[in-house]
Amino acid sequence: MPRFVVDVMPKPEILDPQGKAVLGALPRLGFEGVTEVRQGKRFELEVEGESSEALLEQVRAMAETLLSNPVIEDFEVHAQSDEAAE
Amino acid sequence: MKVGVVTFPGSLDDVDAARAARLAGHDAVSLWHGDHDLKGVDAVVLPGGFSYGDYLRCGAISRFAPVMSEVLTAAQGGMPVLGICNGFQILCESHLLPGALIRNDHRKFGCLDQRVRVENTSTPWTSSYAQGQELTIVLKNGEGAYVADEVTLDRLEGEGRVVVRYVGNPNGSLRDIAGVTNERGNVVGLMPHPEHAVEDLTGPGTDGIGFFTSLLESAATA
Repeated sequence: MPRFVVDVMPKPEILDPQGKAVLGALPRLGFEGVTEVRQGKRFELEVEGESSEALLEQVRAMAETLLSNPVIEDFEVHAQSDEAAE
Repeated sequence: MKVGVVTFPGSLDDVDAARAARLAGHDAVSLWHGDHDLKGVDAVVLPGGFSYGDYLRCGAISRFAPVMSEVLTAAQGGMPVLGICNGFQILCESHLLPGALIRNDHRKFGCLDQRVRVENTSTPWTSSYAQGQELTIVLKNGEGAYVADEVTLDRLEGEGRVVVRYVGNPNGSLRDIAGVTNERGNVVGLMPHPEHAVEDLTGPGTDGIGFFTSLLESAATA
């Protein structure tokens, strides 16, 4: 079954308090040199049928409608090949 | 008036909202998220809480509840709709109101008596107040920071659609915005909870009751 990945990230101009919290925690744990952390979401969808451009388009519509909020987030969609999944 | 209050799975403040409506002289009608039915109400309140566990994003799943398609149609037809806290988040996710609510800049859940200023008294939810009147009502949320792009913010300001503004910004909301209205002025969303400030015994005063008595005024003058 084809698998699709949707990566959702807060838009660059939107404050990301969660990323900031992670950024603050890293040096406390001894991890130095990190200057920026942005936290997003990754969705993995298994969809019935053959992998195709039309199916990708359908996943894109899902990302636009439900998985992301275009006011505050950007998203990227790509198909994951079986090799990469293993 | 018949004021419908929607209960979603995870709503917390539906009972308080119904009580506030009754104290203001309305009939409160319970509406269920799973029904395609507004039961003939004249106005709708989307209450606070954590509908659908705030999964995905606050309000993102509630937006697609069956009752919301009815609310959407009614709102577009001019019915007064008030979204409080989680209800505001749902209205933004539904695109009935512009912008979005993100995590507070201080990253903590805030629970406080908040000072706000009423800046638009022409909506059916705020006509009981005087322009510029300051209120103290409860603010309690983790994701209450209002954001929108500059163009949208300028338009909201220019069209007088900022309904309530914080006096002292509690969470990083852009331009201190606590509540906004749609172009038509019938849909209002705000993060603070007027329904928790309707009785001296249980709240920081009675400053919030005006949101519910305003409906009577707008009905009387309609």
